Amino acid sequence: MPITVCLADESVTEKIKEEAIKKIFDYFIYVDEKFSTYKEGSEISRINSKEIKENDYSEDMKIVFALSEKTRLETNGYFNILTPEGIFDPSGLVKGWSIYKAAEILSKLGLQNFYIDAGGDIEARGKNEKGEWWSVGIRDPRRADKSQIVKKVSIRNNGMATSGSYIRGQHIYNPYTGRAPLRDIVSITVIGPNVYEADRFATAAFVMGKEGINFIEQLDGFEGYAIDANGIATETSGFNKFTKNI
Amino acid sequence: MKKTVVTSFFIFVFVVYSLYQYFGTSQKIEYVASSAQTKPSQPTPVVKKTGLYTDGTYTGNVADAYYGNIQVQAIIQNGKITDVQFLQYPSDRNTSIRINNVAMPILKSEAITAQNANVDIVSGATDSSQAFQQSLGGALAQAKNS
Repeated sequence: MPITVCLADESVTEKIKEEAIKKIFDYFIYVDEKFSTYKEGSEISRINSKEIKENDYSEDMKIVFALSEKTRLETNGYFNILTPEGIFDPSGLVKGWSIYKAAEILSKLGLQNFYIDAGGDIEARGKNEKGEWWSVGIRDPRRADKSQIVKKVSIRNNGMATSGSYIRGQHIYNPYTGRAPLRDIVSITVIGPNVYEADRFATAAFVMGKEGINFIEQLDGFEGYAIDANGIATETSGFNKFTKNI
Repeated sequence: MKKTVVTSFFIFVFVVYSLYQYFGTSQKIEYVASSAQTKPSQPTPVVKKTGLYTDGTYTGNVADAYYGNIQVQAIIQNGKITDVQFLQYPSDRNTSIRINNVAMPILKSEAITAQNANVDIVSGATDSSQAFQQSLGGALAQAKNS
Protein backbone atom coordinates (compact mmCIF):
# COMPACT_ATOMS: atom_id res chain seq x y z
CA MET A 1 0.00 0.00 0.00
CA PRO A 2 1.66 3.20 -1.03
CA ILE A 3 1.87 6.32 1.01
CA THR A 4 2.02 9.24 -1.35
CA VAL A 5 3.06 12.66 -0.27
CA CYS A 6 3.01 15.62 -2.58
CA LEU A 7 4.52 18.90 -1.46
CA ALA A 8 3.43 21.75 -3.67
CA ASP A 9 4.91 24.72 -1.82
CA GLU A 10 7.09 26.65 -4.22
CA SER A 11 8.83 28.80 -1.67
CA VAL A 12 10.07 25.92 0.49
CA THR A 13 13.59 24.63 -0.07
CA GLU A 14 14.38 21.09 -1.18
CA LYS A 15 16.26 20.58 2.04
CA ILE A 16 13.21 21.33 4.15
CA LYS A 17 11.02 19.18 1.93
CA GLU A 18 13.38 16.24 2.34
CA GLU A 19 13.48 16.74 6.07
CA ALA A 20 9.70 16.90 6.12
CA ILE A 21 9.29 13.66 4.19
CA LYS A 22 11.72 11.88 6.45
CA LYS A 23 9.97 13.12 9.59
CA ILE A 24 6.56 11.93 8.55
CA PHE A 25 7.73 8.54 7.38
CA ASP A 26 9.52 8.09 10.69
CA TYR A 27 6.25 9.02 12.31
CA PHE A 28 4.28 6.42 10.31
CA ILE A 29 6.79 3.77 11.32
CA TYR A 30 6.33 4.80 14.95
CA VAL A 31 2.55 4.50 14.54
CA ASP A 32 2.87 1.09 12.95
CA GLU A 33 5.07 -0.23 15.70
CA LYS A 34 2.67 0.95 18.35
CA PHE A 35 -0.72 0.23 16.82
CA SER A 36 -0.29 -2.70 14.46
CA THR A 37 -2.32 -5.68 15.60
CA TYR A 38 -0.15 -7.71 13.22
CA LYS A 39 2.97 -7.08 15.24
CA GLU A 40 3.27 -9.22 18.36
CA GLY A 41 5.48 -6.73 20.12
CA SER A 42 3.34 -3.68 19.39
CA GLU A 43 1.78 -1.89 22.30
CA ILE A 44 -1.74 -2.75 21.11
CA SER A 45 -0.87 -6.44 20.86
CA ARG A 46 0.57 -6.38 24.33
CA ILE A 47 -2.54 -4.69 25.58
CA ASN A 48 -4.66 -7.38 23.95
CA SER A 49 -2.55 -10.09 25.52
CA LYS A 50 -3.08 -8.36 28.87
CA GLU A 51 0.60 -7.63 29.30
CA ILE A 52 -0.07 -3.93 29.69
CA LYS A 53 -2.66 -2.46 32.04
CA GLU A 54 -4.77 0.61 31.35
CA ASN A 55 -2.82 2.89 33.66
CA ASP A 56 0.37 2.02 31.83
CA TYR A 57 -0.81 2.84 28.35
CA SER A 58 1.45 5.27 26.54
CA GLU A 59 0.17 8.81 26.00
CA ASP A 60 -0.70 8.22 22.36
CA MET A 61 -2.50 4.99 23.24
CA LYS A 62 -4.54 6.79 25.90
CA ILE A 63 -5.42 9.46 23.38
CA VAL A 64 -6.52 6.87 20.81
CA PHE A 65 -8.64 5.03 23.36
CA ALA A 66 -10.22 8.28 24.51
CA LEU A 67 -10.93 9.39 20.95
CA SER A 68 -12.34 5.95 20.20
CA GLU A 69 -14.68 6.15 23.14
CA LYS A 70 -15.78 9.63 22.09
CA THR A 71 -16.44 8.32 18.60
CA ARG A 72 -18.35 5.33 19.92
CA LEU A 73 -20.66 7.63 21.85
CA GLU A 74 -21.08 9.99 18.92
CA THR A 75 -22.02 7.20 16.51
CA ASN A 76 -24.51 5.40 18.74
CA GLY A 77 -22.06 2.57 19.17
CA TYR A 78 -21.59 1.88 15.47
CA PHE A 79 -17.94 2.73 15.83
CA ASN A 80 -16.35 0.40 18.34
CA ILE A 81 -12.71 -0.61 18.59
CA LEU A 82 -13.65 -3.70 20.58
CA THR A 83 -14.07 -6.42 17.99
CA PRO A 84 -16.59 -9.28 18.20
CA GLU A 85 -13.62 -11.47 19.12
CA GLY A 86 -13.02 -9.40 22.22
CA ILE A 87 -9.75 -7.72 21.25
CA PHE A 88 -9.07 -4.07 20.64
CA ASP A 89 -8.46 -2.98 17.06
CA PRO A 90 -8.32 0.79 16.77
CA SER A 91 -7.20 0.80 13.15
CA GLY A 92 -10.46 2.39 11.96
CA LEU A 93 -9.45 5.51 13.84
CA VAL A 94 -5.66 5.31 13.94
CA LYS A 95 -5.34 5.48 10.17
CA GLY A 96 -7.02 8.87 9.76
CA TRP A 97 -5.63 10.13 13.05
CA SER A 98 -2.03 9.35 12.12
CA ILE A 99 -2.35 10.87 8.66
CA TYR A 100 -3.74 13.99 10.31
CA LYS A 101 -0.86 14.09 12.79
CA ALA A 102 1.60 13.69 9.93
CA ALA A 103 -0.05 16.62 8.17
CA GLU A 104 0.39 18.67 11.32
CA ILE A 105 4.10 17.83 11.25
CA LEU A 106 4.30 19.20 7.73
CA SER A 107 2.33 22.26 8.70
CA LYS A 108 4.66 23.00 11.57
CA LEU A 109 7.59 22.85 9.20
CA GLY A 110 5.97 25.64 7.23
CA LEU A 111 4.35 23.64 4.45
CA GLN A 112 0.91 24.85 3.42
CA ASN A 113 0.20 23.17 0.12
CA PHE A 114 0.36 19.41 0.16
CA TYR A 115 -1.50 16.19 0.36
CA ILE A 116 -0.85 12.93 2.14
CA ASP A 117 -2.54 9.84 0.74
CA ALA A 118 -2.21 6.68 2.79
CA GLY A 119 -4.25 3.75 1.57
CA GLY A 120 -6.81 5.99 -0.09
CA ASP A 121 -7.41 8.22 2.92
CA ILE A 122 -6.34 11.75 2.21
CA GLU A 123 -5.46 14.96 3.96
CA ALA A 124 -5.22 17.79 1.42
CA ARG A 125 -4.21 21.33 2.29
CA GLY A 126 -3.86 24.45 0.24
CA LYS A 127 -3.60 24.05 -3.50
CA ASN A 128 -1.81 21.94 -6.06
CA GLU A 129 1.14 23.02 -8.15
CA LYS A 130 -1.21 24.60 -10.69
CA GLY A 131 -2.73 26.77 -7.97
CA GLU A 132 -6.02 24.90 -8.05
CA TRP A 133 -7.90 22.91 -5.46
CA TRP A 134 -6.71 19.32 -5.17
CA SER A 135 -8.73 17.07 -7.44
CA VAL A 136 -9.60 13.60 -6.20
CA GLY A 137 -11.20 10.70 -7.99
CA ILE A 138 -13.40 8.23 -6.14
CA ARG A 139 -12.66 4.72 -7.28
CA ASP A 140 -15.21 2.41 -8.81
CA PRO A 141 -15.86 0.05 -5.93
CA ARG A 142 -16.70 -2.80 -8.26
CA ARG A 143 -13.30 -2.85 -9.90
CA ALA A 144 -10.01 -4.03 -8.54
CA ASP A 145 -7.82 -1.62 -10.45
CA LYS A 146 -7.24 1.88 -9.29
CA SER A 147 -7.55 3.52 -12.66
CA GLN A 148 -11.33 3.52 -12.90
CA ILE A 149 -12.96 6.41 -11.15
CA VAL A 150 -16.64 7.21 -10.96
CA LYS A 151 -16.70 10.62 -9.35
CA LYS A 152 -14.39 13.59 -9.22
CA VAL A 153 -14.25 16.13 -6.45
CA SER A 154 -12.02 19.06 -5.65
CA ILE A 155 -11.03 19.77 -2.09
CA ARG A 156 -8.92 22.22 -0.18
CA ASN A 157 -8.09 21.99 3.54
CA ASN A 158 -10.18 18.86 3.81
CA GLY A 159 -9.81 15.30 4.80
CA MET A 160 -11.36 12.54 2.75
CA ALA A 161 -11.80 8.93 3.70
CA THR A 162 -13.47 6.01 2.02
CA SER A 163 -14.69 2.96 3.87
CA GLY A 164 -15.59 -0.02 1.82
CA SER A 165 -15.77 -3.75 1.58
CA TYR A 166 -14.73 -4.54 -1.93
CA ILE A 167 -11.02 -4.99 -1.65
CA ARG A 168 -10.45 -7.52 1.07
CA GLY A 169 -13.98 -8.63 1.64
CA GLN A 170 -15.59 -8.04 4.95
CA HIS A 171 -12.99 -6.64 7.26
CA ILE A 172 -15.51 -4.44 8.94
CA TYR A 173 -17.89 -5.65 11.60
CA ASN A 174 -21.11 -4.30 12.92
CA PRO A 175 -20.77 -4.02 16.70
CA TYR A 176 -24.42 -4.93 16.98
CA THR A 177 -24.48 -7.97 14.69
CA GLY A 178 -20.89 -9.17 14.70
CA ARG A 179 -19.27 -10.42 11.55
CA ALA A 180 -22.45 -10.96 9.55
CA PRO A 181 -21.72 -9.73 6.03
CA LEU A 182 -22.54 -6.13 5.23
CA ARG A 183 -23.94 -6.12 1.75
CA ASP A 184 -26.09 -3.13 0.99
CA ILE A 185 -23.47 -0.38 0.70
CA VAL A 186 -20.21 -1.16 -1.03
CA SER A 187 -18.36 2.03 -0.20
CA ILE A 188 -18.93 5.38 1.43
CA THR A 189 -16.68 8.39 0.99
CA VAL A 190 -16.73 11.12 3.59
CA ILE A 191 -15.26 14.60 3.20
CA GLY A 192 -14.71 16.58 6.37
CA PRO A 193 -12.53 19.24 7.97
CA ASN A 194 -9.64 16.79 8.30
CA VAL A 195 -8.89 13.15 7.60
CA TYR A 196 -9.10 12.07 11.26
CA GLU A 197 -12.73 13.23 11.38
CA ALA A 198 -13.54 11.90 7.93
CA ASP A 199 -12.05 8.48 8.67
CA ARG A 200 -13.76 7.84 11.99
CA PHE A 201 -17.16 8.81 10.62
CA ALA A 202 -16.66 6.96 7.35
CA THR A 203 -15.87 3.84 9.34
CA ALA A 204 -19.05 4.19 11.40
CA ALA A 205 -21.19 5.24 8.45
CA PHE A 206 -20.16 2.22 6.41
CA VAL A 207 -21.20 -0.11 9.22
CA MET A 208 -24.60 1.61 9.34
CA GLY A 209 -25.32 0.39 5.82
CA LYS A 210 -28.01 2.32 3.99
CA GLU A 211 -28.50 4.63 6.98
CA GLY A 212 -24.87 5.72 6.87
CA ILE A 213 -25.39 8.46 4.30
CA ASN A 214 -28.23 9.87 6.43
CA PHE A 215 -25.92 9.92 9.41
CA ILE A 216 -23.38 11.94 7.42
CA GLU A 217 -26.16 14.23 6.15
CA GLN A 218 -27.04 15.16 9.70
CA LEU A 219 -23.44 15.78 10.69
CA ASP A 220 -22.43 19.46 10.53
CA GLY A 221 -19.41 20.03 8.34
CA PHE A 222 -19.36 16.64 6.60
CA GLU A 223 -20.49 15.46 3.19
CA GLY A 224 -20.69 11.96 1.85
CA TYR A 225 -21.05 9.82 -1.25
CA ALA A 226 -22.25 6.26 -0.79
CA ILE A 227 -22.26 3.61 -3.51
CA ASP A 228 -24.47 0.57 -3.23
CA ALA A 229 -24.11 -2.92 -4.62
CA ASN A 230 -26.15 -1.98 -7.72
CA GLY A 231 -23.87 0.89 -8.66
CA ILE A 232 -26.27 3.57 -7.43
CA ALA A 233 -24.62 6.43 -5.59
CA THR A 234 -26.33 8.67 -3.03
CA GLU A 235 -24.83 11.95 -1.97
CA THR A 236 -25.48 14.30 0.92
CA SER A 237 -27.24 17.57 0.12
CA GLY A 238 -24.07 19.68 0.38
CA PHE A 239 -21.81 17.31 -1.53
CA ASN A 240 -22.02 19.41 -4.68
CA LYS A 241 -19.83 22.07 -3.09
CA PHE A 242 -16.99 19.68 -3.88
CA THR A 243 -18.08 18.87 -7.41
CA LYS A 244 -19.05 22.26 -8.80
CA ASN A 245 -15.46 23.33 -9.51
CA ILE A 246 -14.77 20.34 -11.73
CA MET B 1 -1.90 31.93 12.17
CA LYS B 2 1.10 33.36 13.94
CA LYS B 3 -1.08 34.66 16.77
CA THR B 4 -2.54 31.18 17.17
CA VAL B 5 0.93 29.68 17.26
CA VAL B 6 2.11 32.19 19.84
CA THR B 7 -1.04 31.80 21.89
CA SER B 8 -0.80 28.02 21.67
CA PHE B 9 2.79 28.22 22.78
CA PHE B 10 1.85 30.25 25.85
CA ILE B 11 -1.03 27.94 26.62
CA PHE B 12 1.35 25.04 26.16
CA VAL B 13 3.87 26.60 28.54
CA PHE B 14 1.20 27.49 31.06
CA VAL B 15 -0.36 24.04 30.99
CA VAL B 16 2.99 22.31 31.20
CA TYR B 17 3.94 24.56 34.11
CA SER B 18 0.61 23.86 35.80
CA LEU B 19 0.95 20.16 35.27
CA TYR B 20 4.53 20.28 36.51
CA GLN B 21 3.40 22.01 39.68
CA TYR B 22 0.53 19.65 40.18
CA PHE B 23 2.11 16.37 39.26
CA GLY B 24 5.73 16.99 39.90
CA THR B 25 8.35 15.88 37.48
CA SER B 26 6.82 12.50 36.74
CA GLN B 27 6.25 11.96 33.06
CA LYS B 28 3.42 9.50 33.59
CA ILE B 29 0.22 10.72 35.11
CA GLU B 30 -1.24 8.07 37.34
CA TYR B 31 -4.45 8.37 39.20
CA VAL B 32 -3.87 5.40 41.46
CA ALA B 33 -1.92 6.36 44.55
CA SER B 34 0.24 3.41 45.37
CA SER B 35 0.37 2.36 48.98
CA ALA B 36 4.13 2.74 48.97
CA GLN B 37 3.75 6.47 48.69
CA THR B 38 1.20 7.04 51.44
CA LYS B 39 2.15 7.31 55.07
CA PRO B 40 1.05 4.34 57.15
CA SER B 41 -1.27 6.49 59.22
CA GLN B 42 -3.22 7.74 56.22
CA PRO B 43 -6.00 5.69 54.76
CA THR B 44 -5.24 4.28 51.33
CA PRO B 45 -7.56 5.74 48.70
CA VAL B 46 -10.09 3.24 47.50
CA VAL B 47 -9.94 2.77 43.78
CA LYS B 48 -12.93 1.17 42.15
CA LYS B 49 -12.19 -1.11 39.31
CA THR B 50 -15.49 -2.42 38.10
CA GLY B 51 -15.07 -2.12 34.37
CA LEU B 52 -12.51 -1.80 31.72
CA TYR B 53 -10.98 1.32 33.15
CA THR B 54 -9.89 2.41 36.58
CA ASP B 55 -12.06 5.20 37.98
CA GLY B 56 -10.71 8.66 38.08
CA THR B 57 -9.70 11.50 35.91
CA TYR B 58 -6.68 11.10 33.84
CA THR B 59 -5.13 13.80 31.82
CA GLY B 60 -2.70 13.14 29.07
CA ASN B 61 0.38 15.25 29.01
CA VAL B 62 0.22 18.08 26.55
CA ALA B 63 1.48 16.29 23.54
CA ASP B 64 4.87 17.34 22.39
CA ALA B 65 4.53 20.16 19.90
CA TYR B 66 6.27 17.99 17.36
CA TYR B 67 3.17 15.85 17.06
CA GLY B 68 0.69 18.65 17.56
CA ASN B 69 -1.11 20.13 20.50
CA ILE B 70 -3.54 17.73 21.95
CA GLN B 71 -4.39 17.07 25.50
CA VAL B 72 -7.17 14.78 26.43
CA GLN B 73 -8.80 14.37 29.73
CA ALA B 74 -10.99 11.41 30.28
CA ILE B 75 -13.24 11.05 33.26
CA ILE B 76 -13.97 7.54 34.30
CA GLN B 77 -16.79 6.60 36.59
CA ASN B 78 -17.89 3.13 37.50
CA GLY B 79 -15.29 1.71 35.23
CA LYS B 80 -16.49 3.49 32.13
CA ILE B 81 -15.38 6.62 30.39
CA THR B 82 -18.21 9.05 30.97
CA ASP B 83 -16.66 12.12 29.51
CA VAL B 84 -13.78 13.07 27.36
CA GLN B 85 -12.63 16.63 27.39
CA PHE B 86 -10.27 18.04 24.89
CA LEU B 87 -8.23 20.60 26.75
CA GLN B 88 -6.36 21.31 23.58
CA TYR B 89 -7.64 20.00 20.32
CA PRO B 90 -6.25 21.02 16.98
CA SER B 91 -9.58 21.44 15.27
CA ASP B 92 -11.01 24.80 14.50
CA ARG B 93 -14.50 23.49 14.08
CA ASN B 94 -16.89 21.94 16.46
CA THR B 95 -18.23 18.66 15.38
CA SER B 96 -21.76 19.21 16.39
CA ILE B 97 -23.66 16.05 16.04
CA ARG B 98 -27.34 16.32 15.55
CA ILE B 99 -28.91 12.94 15.56
CA ASN B 100 -32.54 13.76 15.69
CA ASN B 101 -35.78 12.73 14.19
CA VAL B 102 -36.44 15.53 11.75
CA ALA B 103 -37.56 14.37 8.37
CA MET B 104 -34.62 13.56 6.15
CA PRO B 105 -34.35 15.44 2.89
CA ILE B 106 -34.52 13.26 -0.20
CA LEU B 107 -30.91 12.76 -1.16
CA LYS B 108 -29.79 12.86 -4.75
CA SER B 109 -28.95 9.55 -6.35
CA GLU B 110 -27.24 8.69 -9.60
CA ALA B 111 -25.96 5.66 -11.39
CA ILE B 112 -22.19 5.71 -11.23
CA THR B 113 -20.36 6.02 -14.54
CA ALA B 114 -16.73 5.89 -15.44
CA GLN B 115 -14.95 9.25 -15.49
CA ASN B 116 -11.63 10.08 -17.04
CA ALA B 117 -8.83 9.70 -14.53
CA ASN B 118 -7.47 13.22 -14.88
CA VAL B 119 -7.11 13.90 -11.16
CA ASP B 120 -4.34 14.62 -8.66
CA ILE B 121 -5.28 11.87 -6.26
CA VAL B 122 -7.41 8.74 -6.21
CA SER B 123 -9.42 7.94 -3.10
CA GLY B 124 -10.82 4.64 -2.19
CA ALA B 125 -10.46 1.81 0.22
CA THR B 126 -7.48 0.50 -1.73
CA ASP B 127 -6.70 -1.49 1.31
CA SER B 128 -8.45 -2.08 4.56
CA SER B 129 -7.09 -0.52 7.70
CA GLN B 130 -5.64 -3.90 8.48
CA ALA B 131 -3.67 -3.89 5.29
CA PHE B 132 -2.50 -0.40 6.13
CA GLN B 133 -0.93 -1.90 9.20
CA GLN B 134 0.34 -4.99 7.45
CA SER B 135 2.17 -3.28 4.71
CA LEU B 136 3.18 -0.09 6.43
CA GLY B 137 6.53 -1.52 7.40
CA GLY B 138 7.41 -2.00 3.78
CA ALA B 139 5.48 0.91 2.49
CA LEU B 140 6.36 2.08 -0.90
CA ALA B 141 6.93 5.73 -0.48
CA GLN B 142 6.53 8.04 -3.33
CA ALA B 143 7.46 11.51 -2.45
CA LYS B 144 6.68 13.85 -5.22
CA ASN B 145 8.31 17.20 -4.89
CA SER B 146 6.52 19.61 -7.09
